[in-house]
Amino acid sequence: MAVVHTPHPDLPPPMISVGVVGWLRRNLFSTPLNSLFTLGSLYLLYLVVPPMVNWALLDADWAGTSREACSGEGACWVFVRLRFLHFMVGFYPESELWRPVVVFGLAGLLLLYLLLKKLPYKSYVAGFGILVFPFIAFFLFYGGLFGLPVVETHQWGGLMLTLILSTVGMLFAMPLGTLLALGRRSSMAIPRGLSVVFIELWRGVPLITVLFMSSVLLPLFMPEGVRLDKLLRALIGISLFQSAYMAEVIRSGLQSVPHGQYEAADALGLSYWKAMLLIILPQALKNVIPGIVNTFIALFKDTTLVLIIGLFDLLATVQASFTDSKWLGFSAEGYIFAGFVYWLFCFSMSRYSQYLEKKLHTGH
Amino acid sequence: MEGRGHSVCSAYALTVMERSENMMRWLNQGRNRALVFQVALMLGTMLFFFLIGANALSNLEQQGITSGFAFLSQKAGFGIIQTLIDYNESSTYGRTFLVGLLNTILVSALGIIGATVLGFIVGIARISSNWLIAKLAALYIEIFRNLPLLLQVFFWYFAVLRSLPLPRNSLHIGDWIFLNIRGVYMPRPLPDLGFTLLVIGFFTSLVAIGILFFWARKYQEKTGKELPVFPLSLAILVVPIMIIWCTTGGPLHWEYPSLQGLNFKGGMTVIPELAALLLALTVYTASFIAEIVRSGIQSVNHAQTEAARALGLAQRKILRLVVIPQAMRVVIPQMTSQYLNLIKNSSLAAAIGYPDLVAVFAGTSLNQTGQAIEIIAMTMAVYLTLNLTTSWLMNKYNARVLLQEL
Amino acid sequence: MKKYSISTISSIVTCLLMLSGFSVQAGTLDEVKKRGTLVCGVSTGLPGFSSTDEKGHWKGLDVDGCRAIAAAVFGDANKVKYAPLNAKERFTALQSGEIDVLVRGTTWTKHRDTALGLNFVGVNYYDGQGFMVPKKLGITSAKELDGAIFCIHAGTTSELNLADYFAKNNMKYDAVVFDTHDQAAKGFEAGRCDCLTSDQSQLYALRTQLSKPYDAVILKEIISKEPLGPVVRQGDDAWFNVVRWTFFAMINADELGVTSANVDAMKRRSVNPAIRRLVGLDGDKGQSLDLPDDWSYQVIKQVGNYAEVFERNVGKGSALRIRRGLNALWKDGGIQYAPPMR
Repeated sequence: MAVVHTPHPDLPPPMISVGVVGWLRRNLFSTPLNSLFTLGSLYLLYLVVPPMVNWALLDADWAGTSREACSGEGACWVFVRLRFLHFMVGFYPESELWRPVVVFGLAGLLLLYLLLKKLPYKSYVAGFGILVFPFIAFFLFYGGLFGLPVVETHQWGGLMLTLILSTVGMLFAMPLGTLLALGRRSSMAIPRGLSVVFIELWRGVPLITVLFMSSVLLPLFMPEGVRLDKLLRALIGISLFQSAYMAEVIRSGLQSVPHGQYEAADALGLSYWKAMLLIILPQALKNVIPGIVNTFIALFKDTTLVLIIGLFDLLATVQASFTDSKWLGFSAEGYIFAGFVYWLFCFSMSRYSQYLEKKLHTGH
Repeated sequence: MEGRGHSVCSAYALTVMERSENMMRWLNQGRNRALVFQVALMLGTMLFFFLIGANALSNLEQQGITSGFAFLSQKAGFGIIQTLIDYNESSTYGRTFLVGLLNTILVSALGIIGATVLGFIVGIARISSNWLIAKLAALYIEIFRNLPLLLQVFFWYFAVLRSLPLPRNSLHIGDWIFLNIRGVYMPRPLPDLGFTLLVIGFFTSLVAIGILFFWARKYQEKTGKELPVFPLSLAILVVPIMIIWCTTGGPLHWEYPSLQGLNFKGGMTVIPELAALLLALTVYTASFIAEIVRSGIQSVNHAQTEAARALGLAQRKILRLVVIPQAMRVVIPQMTSQYLNLIKNSSLAAAIGYPDLVAVFAGTSLNQTGQAIEIIAMTMAVYLTLNLTTSWLMNKYNARVLLQEL
Repeated sequence: MKKYSISTISSIVTCLLMLSGFSVQAGTLDEVKKRGTLVCGVSTGLPGFSSTDEKGHWKGLDVDGCRAIAAAVFGDANKVKYAPLNAKERFTALQSGEIDVLVRGTTWTKHRDTALGLNFVGVNYYDGQGFMVPKKLGITSAKELDGAIFCIHAGTTSELNLADYFAKNNMKYDAVVFDTHDQAAKGFEAGRCDCLTSDQSQLYALRTQLSKPYDAVILKEIISKEPLGPVVRQGDDAWFNVVRWTFFAMINADELGVTSANVDAMKRRSVNPAIRRLVGLDGDKGQSLDLPDDWSYQVIKQVGNYAEVFERNVGKGSALRIRRGLNALWKDGGIQYAPPMR
């Protein structure tokens, strides 16, 4: 008689190591110390979250058109709602509002096209976005052509100004940063020396002093009679500042391209510029896209400093609205709204850069 | 080479055309072209600076604006709320500069310490096995590093610290520490004569500990035996100080703050401007340092810990001798760059009136004297010096790391 | 590389210059006429002097100063572009030519008049530094403020006067320095300091911005002379004259009783030679200033005389309710006095 050994079926794992209980034990109460931490954190959350939710959502006032609509218990979002347009575009005239709307709509569409996978002619769209679109945007914002009334730059403000400052700064910083990065890695002493001095100089000083310089000193350095717009001066300062940071990011990209690539380009008999433009830079830039996005995030946050030289970006506009004597005492709401907008932009960009980092990493 | 031979052979037969062709060929040689390019670049740069300088000079002269550094020895005539050195209304602008500089250094140094400690805690919490703690740390990081620092400074200053009570209703711990909208008031240590002895004793102990470490290492290399360095050094630090303290009979007493008239007098004060700036700098920079610490620890290959375990090293030693040194290689350069950022970011003081270099010197002094070029140049030079020193060290370090990897 | 970099740089520079619409400086007056607008530097926001309403329209005593100049030059008081400036940047903005005239409650001092390349045109508001304290402190004199903390606007003469005053009286103080007026006022309201100090007119203005204005009192004492006035660049006399006489026209109109309401009637009927000269019927009219003949008529018609402007913005017709005081005409016991238009 053959004995067939049939093992007893496995016992199910003990109740306390599977399911919700098991998860809790593993992740929250694995050791006494951990349990203590968990309980402490839970208490902290209990202290902070319910009052905050009450204030910001449950007891908050949303509807209404005047201060009386705010009962005073919770947050007064009416203030933010009524000022929303002002926060977005500053003192841009109401009759011309369609212009920023068109520009940002177009920019959004362009960006969407570039981010979506597997669409044709991406490089043409990107080229259009970088080379042509800024001019369209400028003439729409500023006007003066085709019968559009001129809107002076001092009327630009709010989120619109924040976006203009950061994207234009970036647009100028890219080519300048690339040149500086190449200069710093050049074998020629003078371009290398100049690039090093330029990069370290700008990276060594705070943006505030750069902005002070561009707003206070730049006019003194101009030949007599040449006057630069205040916004333009800030843009010059921001672009130079940003290009130094960009140069360092791109330099790390250049370092990451294997030596064989340089040698292969030489072997093909390509000139320096052909080798750089066709072989090295495409690889280098691709490698550092996450770095570039991160630099952009930093710039986006740093543009808030322009309020110190009297430009009205999003934060400055929000802060200026606190002095309206009809709406005193709603600074918390204003700051939270501004913070939320900044956070939304920065967080989504940083997520995108992380995603790219992962995607680029698969090659190794 | 070819071109030169040719020109020697038929020097007389060269037409103008050929001569220019020759020139082109000379230019086409890499080295020559590089030379021409570099000379042109140098001249261009010099021309650029010459033009700027000439413009500035003619503008200043035409508008009748005073220039030069004579103002540094003039009387400044305004008060500063926080000064680390003696300063009053009759001090000079040069003194103002120093006061601002020291205030910048103070907030930067405190910020660096705070951000490092908080950053390490959050970074380690981020990879904690406790799910809740890890998520809270992640939440902290994602919130604070994605908000502009200036917004955070405003938030702490205008929203949080403004909700503290007035001096009469101060929050207090006994009679020692008072907290109100005008700052934190703490007792101030007043050193007696014997205090110098204490300081000398402290530093002597530090030197002795350094020697002990050095010697213990030599000893271990020679014999393979370890000395109990930690308890020994603790003893060296504590015992002499205790002895001095007891023999001199406590060479330190305290001046307590008290409410007199409108405000607290005596003691030490941390003004809310400093507190807000410090909080913002610490919280903001810590969110970056936390990520650096996390990625540093996670960058150490698991094989390394396994190999260390296979060698029979204790868990404590695995951390100290294997994981941390390798993590540090990733962490230190990035941390240095965060420290640099913090120093530069301390200039946001100007936005809330903390009297740092930018606020006091590039702000008030500039406005009173109107000498923009000199003052901004000096301010930039200070930050440059602070940063270039660190940046130079960092590049050296970077070069060393690169070399090892090749 | 040379080719690339130089062409890139030069194209960038050209672009920038195109955007900026640079212009070569002739006389400021010619330039303003050619541009078609006056660029006027004002405060970033001080009720009664220069502030914006919700629609972004500028209002105030200083703003009316700008409007008067535009009315004199163009016959249209609305042809002004306002450049809001904080105290720190105001002088550079004027020196660099970014603005044509600075009307921003700027105190006339020797240093500013001589070492900064500026010229003060006149005094559109005689002011003095004062103190505002919470009513509940029960303080009635500045002498009781020993050991107090003060909120101040950075980069003003107030900072210096305060130091002088306390040194003179052998008292101690601390100053918290803010970047803008309203931050200083907010600091005071929150209790960061015991006392807000600034030019007294500004204290009245800032008080309207407090949530409970009447919980604060402004002390009677004045510790300094603060003659506030419009400023132009040094060395442009034609422009200096235009700004100065625009202002004098408003004072003369006040003295002669010519208002925006009755100026048309006066122009038709008045036989008073001084009034006939003022509204541009007799005399050399606008010729010597290189302005249109009806320049002063336009100023009065569109902006008003000094009294109207004063009462509308900071006096009885405003929330500030400041009395004329020193700013009354010389014949009413004040010191506002303008040379005759003749």
